[in-house]
Amino acid sequence: MITVENLSKSFTQNNTRVTALDDVSLEVPDGTVCGVVGTSGAGKSTLARCISLLEKPDSGAIRVDGTDLAALDGSRLRAARRQIGVVPQGDSLLRQRTAAGNVALPLESAKVPAAQRRSRVAELLDLVGLSDKASVYPDHLSGGQRQRVAVARALAAKPSVLLADEPTSALDPSTTDSVLTVLDRARSELGVTVLVVTHDMAVVRRIADDVAVLEEGSVVEHGKVLDLVSEPGSRIGSTLLPETDQAELVRSPGGEHDVTAEVVLVGFAAVGALLPEASNRFGVELSILGGGLTRLGDTPVAKFRIGLSGERSESALKWMIERDAHVRRAPVSVDGVAA
Amino acid sequence: MTEVTPWSEVFELARPATVETIYMVLVSTLIGVLGGLPLGVWLHLTSPAGLSPMPVLHRIISAVVDVVRSVPFVVLLVVVASLSRLLVGSAIGSTATIVPLAIAAIPFFARLAANALREVDSTAVEAAVTTGAGKPRIVWTVLLSEARSALVSAVGVTMLALIGYAAMAGAIGGGGLGSMAIQNGYYAYDDRVLYTAVVLLGVLAWGMQLLTDWVTKLVDRRRSLANV
Ligand SMILES: Nc1ncnc2c1ncn2[C@@H]1O[C@H](COP(=O)(O)OP(=O)(O)O)[C@@H](O)[C@H]1O
Ligand SMILES: [Mg+2]
Repeated sequence: MITVENLSKSFTQNNTRVTALDDVSLEVPDGTVCGVVGTSGAGKSTLARCISLLEKPDSGAIRVDGTDLAALDGSRLRAARRQIGVVPQGDSLLRQRTAAGNVALPLESAKVPAAQRRSRVAELLDLVGLSDKASVYPDHLSGGQRQRVAVARALAAKPSVLLADEPTSALDPSTTDSVLTVLDRARSELGVTVLVVTHDMAVVRRIADDVAVLEEGSVVEHGKVLDLVSEPGSRIGSTLLPETDQAELVRSPGGEHDVTAEVVLVGFAAVGALLPEASNRFGVELSILGGGLTRLGDTPVAKFRIGLSGERSESALKWMIERDAHVRRAPVSVDGVAA
Repeated sequence: MTEVTPWSEVFELARPATVETIYMVLVSTLIGVLGGLPLGVWLHLTSPAGLSPMPVLHRIISAVVDVVRSVPFVVLLVVVASLSRLLVGSAIGSTATIVPLAIAAIPFFARLAANALREVDSTAVEAAVTTGAGKPRIVWTVLLSEARSALVSAVGVTMLALIGYAAMAGAIGGGGLGSMAIQNGYYAYDDRVLYTAVVLLGVLAWGMQLLTDWVTKLVDRRRSLANV
C-alpha cells in the first residue's frame, strides 16, 4: 500500500519558482495498478521521483506500508529503497552489463550470495519473457526488451511496490503491449502494488485499476477506472469511452424516438444482455444511435446513445438504471421545445 | 660539420634512451592515474549534478586542477627542478624528470577522468541509486564500469602528452630520447642522431596510441555480441 499525503515540491530555476506538486494526496491499495496520467509538465515525473526517494519533497509524507520514507536518511534510506522497485523514465540500463548483469544489480546491493543471485535472475528474466537474452548487452536489445529488463531489475529485490515512469513512451503499440503485460504479471503473480506514470491513456485502458489525473501539480481526479467512466463530466470517462455525438443529443433530443439517452454499461452481463432484455421486457423498440464498445482491462464497457420508441420507454430506462446502467437523459428544457 | 656517426653508435645511444623514455612515461602515467583517478572521481561526485555536491570545495579544487593543468610544462619543469633535487637528490636524469611529469599528469588525467564520468548516463546512475546501492558501489559498478573505455582512452591521451613532455624535459637534461635528440643530436650537429631520436619518439607515440585503441575496444562490452 502506497500512501502519498499532502505532498508538495517546488523548484527554483533562474530565480523563478515552479510548483511541480501542490498538495498531492494519493492512495494505492495493495495489489492494485494505479495509473497517474497528465500532460507533459503536469508533475508526473516529480511525483514518481519523490516516491522513488530521488527527490526530497518540500512537505508531505510518502508511506509504504505505513512508514514515512520521505523522512529517512543514510542507511535506513538505502534499506527503504529496496521496498520500492523503480523503472525510471528513459533508458536506464548499464550498457557495459548484460541483461542478466543488469537484473543482478539490486541483488548485489542487497549482498545476496552469488548462487542465489543467479537463480533469482533466471526467475526474473523468465517472468519478463527474456530468458534467451540473459547474456545479451542492452545495445543489442529492442526498446521494449530493454524496458522489460528494467522492470525485471526493479523487481529483483522483491519490493512491495513497483514504480514505472513512462515505461512505454518510446515504444510502438505492439511493443507497448509486451511491457504492459509484464507490469500486469508483476501484480498478478508477485502481488506487487504498481504505480505507473504515463501520458498514454492506452496504459490506463490496459492495466490500471485506479487512476489519478494530475494537472499543474494537483490531482484533479482520482478513483477506480470503472467508477470514473460512468461519472458524468469525468475526463477519464470521456477519454476512455467511445465518442457519442453530444451535439446531436442536444439538437434533436427526441428525434423520431420517444426517448433518447446516453447509457454506460460496465461488465459482461450488462454489456451483453441489458439492452435487448429491456427492449423485450417492456415491449419497446430500441435503436443504437451512436457510441460503441471498448475494454478496460478485462472488463467490457460500452457507451451508447440509444433511442427508445414505445409507450413504456420511460419504464424501460428506469429498469436499466435499477440494474446499474448509468443513464444520462437529454436536457429537459430542450426536450420540452422538441415536444 | 662533424663526421657522420656510425649506425652502431647511434644504436648504442638509442637503446638506453628509448628504455628511459618508456620508463619515464610509464611510471609517470601510473602515478598520474593513481592520483588522478580518485581526484577525477571526487571532482565528479562533488559537482553540482553529482551524488555528493559540495559547491564551494568543488570550485576551489577544480580551479587548482585547472591552473596546474594549464601551466606550460617547461615552466613546471624549471619550478619543480629544485623540488626534484630535494626528493631524488638530483634535478637531472630520467628518475628526477618523473617528478614534474607526475605533477603534470595528475591534474591532466583527473580532468579527463571527470569528463569521462560526466558522460555516464545519469538515468542509469539514478536507477542504481534506487536499488539501494551505496556510493562506493555506484562509483565502482556504475561510474567507472560504464566509463571504462573513455577512461582507457584518457590514459592513452595522458601517455601521449607525457611522451611529449618527457622529450621536452630532455632539453634540460631530463634523459631519454629527448636528451638524445637535443644534447647528442641538435647541439652536436649530428643529424643522424637527431632524426633517429625523432623517428623513435614518433614510433613510440604511435605504438602507444595503437595499444590504447586496442585496449579501449577490448574493455568496451557495449557492442559485443552475446556468446550464445
Ligand atoms: N529538477 C528540476 N528543476 C527545475 N524544474 C523542474 C525540475 N524537475 C521538474 N521541474 C519542473 O516541474 C514541472 C513538472 O515537471 P515533471 O514532473 O517532469 O512533469 P511531467 O513528468 O508530468 O512531464 C515542470 O514545469 C518542470 O519544468
Ligand atoms: Mg515525465
